[in-house]
Amino acid sequence: MSKEAFSATGNQMVANAMRQVDPDVMAAYPITPQTTIVETYAKFVADGKVNTEFVTVESEHSAMSACIGAAAAGARVATATSSQGLAYMWEELPIAAGMRLPIVMANANRTISAPINIHCDHSDIMGVRDAGWIMFFAETAQEAYDNTVISFKVAEDPNVLLPVITALDGFTTTHAMERCVLEEDQTVKDFVGEYTPLYPLLDTDNPVSHGNFANIGNMYMRTKMAHRRAIEGAAEIIEKYGKEWAAIVGREFDLVDTWGTEDADYIIVTVGSCAGNARYAARLLREQGVKCGVVRPRVFRPFPGKQIAEACKNAKAIAILDRSDSMGACEGPVAMETKSALMDGGVTAPVTSYIVGLGGADITLDQMKQVYAELEQRAEAGKNSELIYLGIEE
Amino acid sequence: MSQLTEIRWHARAGQGAVTAAKLVADTALLDDAYIQAMPEYGPERMGAPLKAYTRISPVPIEVHNNITNPSIVIVLDDTLLDTVDVLEGVPEDGVIILNTEMTPAQAREALKAPETMRVATVDATGIALATIKKDMPNTPIVGALSAVTGLIPIENVKKRLVITFGKKFSQEMIDANLDCAERAYKEVHE
Repeated sequence: MSKEAFSATGNQMVANAMRQVDPDVMAAYPITPQTTIVETYAKFVADGKVNTEFVTVESEHSAMSACIGAAAAGARVATATSSQGLAYMWEELPIAAGMRLPIVMANANRTISAPINIHCDHSDIMGVRDAGWIMFFAETAQEAYDNTVISFKVAEDPNVLLPVITALDGFTTTHAMERCVLEEDQTVKDFVGEYTPLYPLLDTDNPVSHGNFANIGNMYMRTKMAHRRAIEGAAEIIEKYGKEWAAIVGREFDLVDTWGTEDADYIIVTVGSCAGNARYAARLLREQGVKCGVVRPRVFRPFPGKQIAEACKNAKAIAILDRSDSMGACEGPVAMETKSALMDGGVTAPVTSYIVGLGGADITLDQMKQVYAELEQRAEAGKNSELIYLGIEE
Repeated sequence: MSQLTEIRWHARAGQGAVTAAKLVADTALLDDAYIQAMPEYGPERMGAPLKAYTRISPVPIEVHNNITNPSIVIVLDDTLLDTVDVLEGVPEDGVIILNTEMTPAQAREALKAPETMRVATVDATGIALATIKKDMPNTPIVGALSAVTGLIPIENVKKRLVITFGKKFSQEMIDANLDCAERAYKEVHE
């Protein structure tokens, strides 16, 4: 493939990243809006473009079970899911992470029933945020591609050995056609390299067992602490490989993408495609002299709290936009973690939490401008505000 | 950023509006533009009203939402005018391109479009039936868009059609598509 710009959807880009990596095993079950990833990949398998063993399973629970088995055996493994499918996998997710299996899974972010809705929000993925996986959020189709490539490298690093979710917003990013660049197959293959599993079950000369009993004393807790240290340490490794990839392809990589934060009075913190809407509004408002900024964590696990606090340190007021709610909690998940990080970082500017774009509700330019306007008022009032469902009347 | 062009498509499912929205984006890509094309997602029912969107920009496109204030509106089916407010959010100097047998004056009246808006009409269905022998007004309307706005040169539209259709259609079908785009380019009037 040439490096010429072409049009592609986020799902096509993710499927192509996976094709270029050519994992040993993919076990997946289709669900809207992830389907075209699996569909495209199944075609690559049928056309002989990859050597992957494609396991057709009867459910997502089985998909993740097959991935766990294959990864424990020593294979490089990928899958993809969304929404109810991710929910159905839940039981298996902490097992994949606890067994330290470097599985790479794309998630097409979609809301969770009920009511039934197939559109984008982060209710599915935020429901697995404590499963011990590394989590990337893409803003664009191109970034979904880059994140997917980087994910394999991060997951398989001997100092990480953790599964990775590489998330992209359902429909908004999975299905919209955008201008993209596909790197050469060899560039990707050289970057991710050969995968050498550390403790494969199929290495019968060196027998090991995985997922053992740890029911006595503090062995379970010790294992969990090791897991926590590994995922914390992954931040540095993600940044290292992200920047290596950035140097090859000429597209920037930071754990936290910032815009205008050096001198911004008003900052929006958010993840995924919504950040683009906020940045576009911020640019327009800057032309009118309002100093707006945007902070977008590209990685949610490990949570880059220090970088976020650093980027927000000069702000007069901060808004955090969550595309999912944590019912009954003080606010949505991004806001909870961000507030905690701001407190640790000594940032005292007033913070307002917004819930936006649930179930595919459009996140409009006017809404983004409204948030910045409200931040101006909050800066004057000097205190945190109650949670707001943006664009919905009480 | 003011150079961001936003197009909203109104059609009935099955008329090829999504394909046309992508064709326009892919054509602009030939001129090294940044692009976005997407339908408004929902259940797919043949004949149901739908919207699709195209964005074209000389700089990377950051917005990821529906287009609410399009400078160009393309309507592939004039029976939609009874049920859909196709002018919603269109600025005063917006451009409306309508597939209809109506004259521009009749269309302007049917749309209740102010004098400041440009209204262009083309019988894209008639052209499609005469050339590709199918009621698919999507390719001709892209030719009309080229003529009315100059957003994408007709040569590039044709180039793109050859690239896109070259892989899956016969030469006869490709020629018919080129012909219908060219005819609509010439026959659209304001």
